[in-house]
Amino acid sequence: MTQPIIQPIIQIESVTKRFGPVLAVDDATLAILPGEFFALLGPSGCGKTTLLRMIAGFEAPTEGRILIDGQDMSRVPPNKRPINMVFQSYAVFPHMSVLDNVSYGLKMAGVAAAERRDRAERALEQVKLAGFGTRTPDQLSGGQRQRVALARALVNQPKVLLLDEPLSALDAKLREAMRFELAQLQDDVGITFVMVTHDQDEALAMACRAAVMNRGLLAQTGTPAELYEFPANRFVADFLGSVNLFEGRLAVDEPHRAVVESAQAGCPIYLDHGVTGATGATVWAAVRPEKIELHKRADERPPAIEDVPSGYNVARGTIRTVSYLGSESIYLVTLETGHEVRVTRPNLTRWDQEDFTWDEPVWLAWHHESVIVLQA
Amino acid sequence: MKPMVEPLDYLRRGWMRLWLGVVFLFLYAPLLALVAFSFNDSKRNIVWKGFTLKYYQKAWENSGLVEAFGNSLAIAFVATVVSVVLGGMAALLLWRFRFPAKSVLSGLFGLPIVVPEICMGVAMLTFFVKIGWPADLPWPLNLGAVTMAHISFCFPFVAIVVGARLVSFNPEMEEAARDLGASDWDVLRDILVPHMKPALIAGALLAFTLSLDDFVITFFTSGPNTVTFPVKVYSMVRFALTPAVNAASTVLMAITILLTVLALRAQRGLQSSAQAH
Amino acid sequence: MQDWRRNSGFFASLAVPPVAWLLLLFLVPLGGVWLLSFGQNTGLTEITVTGTLANYQRALEPLYLEIMLKSLWIAGATTMICLIAGFPVALAIVFAPPRAKTWLLLLVMLPFWTNLLIRTYALIAVLRTNGFLNAGLGWLWDGLSGLLALLGLGSLAPFQPLHLLYTDFAVVFGLVYVHLPFMVLPLYAALERIDRSLIEASLDLGAGHLRTLAYVVCPLALPGIISGVIVTMVPALGAYLAPDLLGGPSSQLIANVIERQFKRANDWPFGAALSFLLMYATFIALFVRAAVARSRGGGGAAL
Repeated sequence: MTQPIIQPIIQIESVTKRFGPVLAVDDATLAILPGEFFALLGPSGCGKTTLLRMIAGFEAPTEGRILIDGQDMSRVPPNKRPINMVFQSYAVFPHMSVLDNVSYGLKMAGVAAAERRDRAERALEQVKLAGFGTRTPDQLSGGQRQRVALARALVNQPKVLLLDEPLSALDAKLREAMRFELAQLQDDVGITFVMVTHDQDEALAMACRAAVMNRGLLAQTGTPAELYEFPANRFVADFLGSVNLFEGRLAVDEPHRAVVESAQAGCPIYLDHGVTGATGATVWAAVRPEKIELHKRADERPPAIEDVPSGYNVARGTIRTVSYLGSESIYLVTLETGHEVRVTRPNLTRWDQEDFTWDEPVWLAWHHESVIVLQA
Repeated sequence: MKPMVEPLDYLRRGWMRLWLGVVFLFLYAPLLALVAFSFNDSKRNIVWKGFTLKYYQKAWENSGLVEAFGNSLAIAFVATVVSVVLGGMAALLLWRFRFPAKSVLSGLFGLPIVVPEICMGVAMLTFFVKIGWPADLPWPLNLGAVTMAHISFCFPFVAIVVGARLVSFNPEMEEAARDLGASDWDVLRDILVPHMKPALIAGALLAFTLSLDDFVITFFTSGPNTVTFPVKVYSMVRFALTPAVNAASTVLMAITILLTVLALRAQRGLQSSAQAH
Repeated sequence: MQDWRRNSGFFASLAVPPVAWLLLLFLVPLGGVWLLSFGQNTGLTEITVTGTLANYQRALEPLYLEIMLKSLWIAGATTMICLIAGFPVALAIVFAPPRAKTWLLLLVMLPFWTNLLIRTYALIAVLRTNGFLNAGLGWLWDGLSGLLALLGLGSLAPFQPLHLLYTDFAVVFGLVYVHLPFMVLPLYAALERIDRSLIEASLDLGAGHLRTLAYVVCPLALPGIISGVIVTMVPALGAYLAPDLLGGPSSQLIANVIERQFKRANDWPFGAALSFLLMYATFIALFVRAAVARSRGGGGAAL
């Protein structure tokens, strides 16, 4: 991990949260930097929401502490923390007008009425709801209500904005549009955003950095590309996108060369760097579906894997299923070893020149740089 | 050919309609007869002799009856205000907090609803005699004992109505308010009370009706100078059956029905606002 | 939900007023009656709590035992009639179209909200010797008689009005009249909760309506039926007005005896003992209801 040069805005130090016998968050340590769009990513029940609620102050850590802007928050109630939250249900007060909703935080802070109105109206402009101030929440669509919730939080100029599954209540088209808009908004206001989501696409698309959580543990923290291309373990590899895993034995591990022997792959798997693991240990070679090539003939050696020593990273199988998805096609290939592999190919032309189809025998090949060796 | 009756459309079946007809006739005929004969120009109730309002006038000229009606309204008004406050607090308490012996307390709050009226009546009678509650206070203070007894059985009903409303409260609303800097009291004033409002209105109307209607408990707590409307009607019924009683009863029924319709309106507002989320 | 210790000031300000009221103006008076039931009259207005069980012993004398058994019998008969009359009504409401449902529920509830005294009083005009019921019966009788005469079968004897008021029949009639909504509402709540497709499955599998009721609807609605029986039985057992206004001297129930001890006989300790016997019966019934609700997964707890 690189040492941050700037002071983190949120420091989570060895935080553990138990609900009775249930361990919701297990010894989490994390630093979130000012101005970041940070995502807490994981399946439901992984503890990401609990972690967010501890930052907001709605839950207290069982062990460890949370610092915001260098201040220990242990004894600070939620209404005194320099952060605001956009709730999953948006929690727009149904009995108040949009303007009253947005200016509520300022009213609680004792800001004068005229200034409240001014700032609330500017916040509404910021979320493209100018002129909606006199409406009541039941006159708004779901997307508009979310904007009200955003304006209501941002108007207080918090040091951190927390977002709990901000897009989950929207329909698919709107969700996609809001991704870009939220990222743009974050860029404009420059406030640190911390978002909880179970949707990997959402996290990859919006966040500067993300932490993947699994069963209360922080599995990995990094940029979207780091998480996708260099997953630390099988959970992260599998949770972000899809992945082919070949279980095997680390046969060779030298500084510039490593080989995994896998009965599942049916061929030795070659890498051009060492993996610093114990030789003979069980490991998993991971290859993303889009990084595997399909070929009709064994002797047709594509330029992409020309520098892979011959006899490595080539497996033989039969196409079981083809799913045509428009932009790409997914091929499920059963190897001669019986192992099933997923391959995706972009549909670059209208008619596939090679026309891979059901029950066709094929060769699979992948470059050594596409392989990640996972030890857990 | 008649269209087929759908199998579960019981309301379309002849025998069911007959049954419902008999049951509703049983429920409504006596009350409708009572109302009709309050306008009957005859002392003998059974035969229709022509329309008259003279029994309403007689009831109005009966100063004891009018005074009792005033007492009933005063008691119901105070009992309603106090019951709404106490019931709202009890409901909030049980909804908001986890504390030792909570299920016991929630059971105790429900006790006034289930205890037989006669038992509560005698409890109130002995209690106020024992503490020596003065009987000769000026109006309306002399109604204090009856009012307090009414509050004791009204506020648990309010607590139930408000408690049911609080179940539908989205806790994120409160968290959002706290996140925006609201204290406990700010949350109560700005978020919880507005959410509870329809239930508070429905509870208030319920308490008012219960207080206005109560006979048994009041019968034991009221003295000669603190007669309420039902107690007065009771003594009139015991003394002699006159159409003036019918007239007075009709007035009370009209008030009750009006209040019930208002309460149901409030409840409906409550449901539709719950659906809007 | 929050632990009270985390916010004890707010907790206390919410808790103290209602708890204090409940304690001082409900539990203390009730406890007073309980203590009285172990006391004896030691003067014209003096009562000493001596811990005696004499009042309870006296309640078990044949005279009072008979009244208690009669109260149980009348309350039981009332409940059964309400169940039989109310079940089809609840069934019809559950399967009624939404608009009709709202109106039917309102029609069931409206008498519930009307003054108990007025409702009981209204029955006097129905039940008395020259009341509506006798008038209606007389009309039917005359019609029947006329029909027989027309057919040449002779005529019936002139109609003799039945003596209905001030009998046990009048008391049961009045109690059913007053308590029918108590039965219909829990039945409705229980039937409403039954998944419609279960009933349709039974019909689909070849059972008729009656067998579907017997084998599917009733077992599923059982917690609601028990709940309805208890919420009807409890107030019927402690009813004061119906026996007082509609019953004869021999149809006095336990509540009337209690009233007499406090208002006329001035034997408070004995009245207190009778009150608490009624309370214990109520508690047992409510305990049964709670136990049924719990064992059946909380069905039919709604009033």
